[in-house]
Amino acid sequence: MLPLPSCAVSFPETIEQALELLSRPGARVVAGGTDLLPNLKRGLGRPSALVSLARLSGLDAVARDEHELRVGARVTLAELARSSLLPASVRYAASLIASPQIRNVATIGGNLLLDTRCVYVNQSPLWREGLGHCLKADGTECHVVPTGKRCVAAASADLPPILVALGASVRVASKDGVRTIPVERLFSNDGAAPIALGPAELLVEVVIPRAPGTSSAYRKLRVRKAIDFPLLGVAVAVDAEGGLVRALRVVASCIGATPRKVSGLDSIAVGKPLDDATIEAVAERCHGALHPQTNIAADVGWRRAMIPLLVTEALHDVRDAVRTRGGDDGTA
Amino acid sequence: MQRLCTLNVNGETRTLAIEETDTLVDVLRDRLGLTGTKVGCDEGDCGACTVLIDGRPVLSCLTLALSVEGRAIETIEGVARDGRLHPLQEAFDAHGAAQCGFCTPGMILSAKALLEENQDPTADEIRHALSGNLCRCTGYGRIVEAVQIAAKRPAR
Ligand SMILES: Cc1cc2nc3c(=O)[nH]c(=O)nc-3n(C[C@H](O)[C@H](O)[C@H](O)COP(=O)(O)OP(=O)(O)OC[C@H]3O[C@@H](n4cnc5c(N)ncnc54)[C@H](O)[C@@H]3O)c2cc1C
Ligand code: SF4
Ligand code: FES
Ligand code: FES
Repeated sequence: MLPLPSCAVSFPETIEQALELLSRPGARVVAGGTDLLPNLKRGLGRPSALVSLARLSGLDAVARDEHELRVGARVTLAELARSSLLPASVRYAASLIASPQIRNVATIGGNLLLDTRCVYVNQSPLWREGLGHCLKADGTECHVVPTGKRCVAAASADLPPILVALGASVRVASKDGVRTIPVERLFSNDGAAPIALGPAELLVEVVIPRAPGTSSAYRKLRVRKAIDFPLLGVAVAVDAEGGLVRALRVVASCIGATPRKVSGLDSIAVGKPLDDATIEAVAERCHGALHPQTNIAADVGWRRAMIPLLVTEALHDVRDAVRTRGGDDGTA
Repeated sequence: MQRLCTLNVNGETRTLAIEETDTLVDVLRDRLGLTGTKVGCDEGDCGACTVLIDGRPVLSCLTLALSVEGRAIETIEGVARDGRLHPLQEAFDAHGAAQCGFCTPGMILSAKALLEENQDPTADEIRHALSGNLCRCTGYGRIVEAVQIAAKRPAR
């Protein structure tokens, strides 16, 4: 039995109540709890109180208008995977996460705010003590980059790459009001404190722009086809017109503490058809730009070698849509 | 801190004082004596602790008991009705789909949720529905077959 550290748990019914409860020092949000609770059971984090979203009303719908899709922070991964309003790539990425039982309760908000992961820290307290603590939990050095001063634990959630590639943003509420920030700015580059939100802020909504000329796809590397966190996640989004690329984005997870957007792709792809030569050049550039760390339990050389393959497969997924229709955001 | 908690388990209302951070599986097993729900890993990896909440499979080791007050909780103890086994239980037994039996309660509840939605699942759909339930004994083949056998029986 792995008991949770004991603390107060509250169940606010409105956003205002939740924000009030979160303004107390050390309070943490628990949504589906499928990331936070395992971490707390392993002694990672010591909240003074938990604020559960289980009885909150609202934040549980997917809505669409002419310009954007809005997904409430409490929408579960099972609901995302089923929602015909969303781009197929987002539904697919959600359907690959964890297991059916977890997807029934895990939320989109919790997925975006997933803690970073590292083989040296996602372990029992005894294990961690045996090796010696690290920067992320009670220690002073990093076992992955011993000369480094910053934790490089891996951003390991499946939804951030595809949401960053699609240019999504989040709406975040606090007692000062609501602010909107691009998903890519949610992440600090420090694996020990990876989320760039204040402790009293509540993520309320994810906003995905509707871009009829954009096609997107996601690929995930893992050993088992269920339960496993990604060893590598690669999302691509391609804007096209008349069969020619207008913009091309590749975003990868499991590289470092933030999802990584590969730079320098415009000069390779823009104005060209998405043919074998373009795809190969993009894959090569991604291979050169992305350097996974040794903190995920799979051979780092293999993971690196798989980068161009996953990029190529994802671009093959969108190639037909780019060629024939200029693009398709996959929404019904 | 302790708090009163009212849970609806297998159609019965149970009220008890629990710690606020108690997980559902600990309350079911240690407080209500419903030890059919198993704890394998206690951290979300194995599916042994699967129960149904409002008909959907959920991991009781990652569920705060207080968060499911007022919801319908179904454990393996609630699956047999009036002293008669559920077709899934009969099929698991007759077809050798349970060996040590540790994964079986979770398997049956995940399968039950599947059959409520899909009365004639393919082997692939069954594997997908059971993909969050690990079994260290059977190799899964007989489990998938048992679910197909149960699906062909009249639903109850
Ligand atoms: C066995 C197992 C396998 C897994 N496999 C995968 C996988 O393959 N891919 C993957 O991406 N994830 C995986 N996960 C992690 C997790 O299940 C998912 O990422 C899930 O989406 C997290 O959502 P949640 O609602 O459960 O988050 P929670 O655990 O409730 O919260 C996660 C974090 O976000 C914060 N938070 C949550 N909601 C809000 C909000 N609205 N406002 C402010 N803060 C908030 C919490 O305080 C916490 O810090 C796995 C977990 C387990 C146990
Ligand atoms: S990357 Fe380094 S500091 Fe961060 S969790 Fe791993 S070992 Fe610890
Ligand atoms: S005991 Fe809950 S998933 Fe293993
Ligand atoms: S029968 Fe032993 S774990 Fe499945």
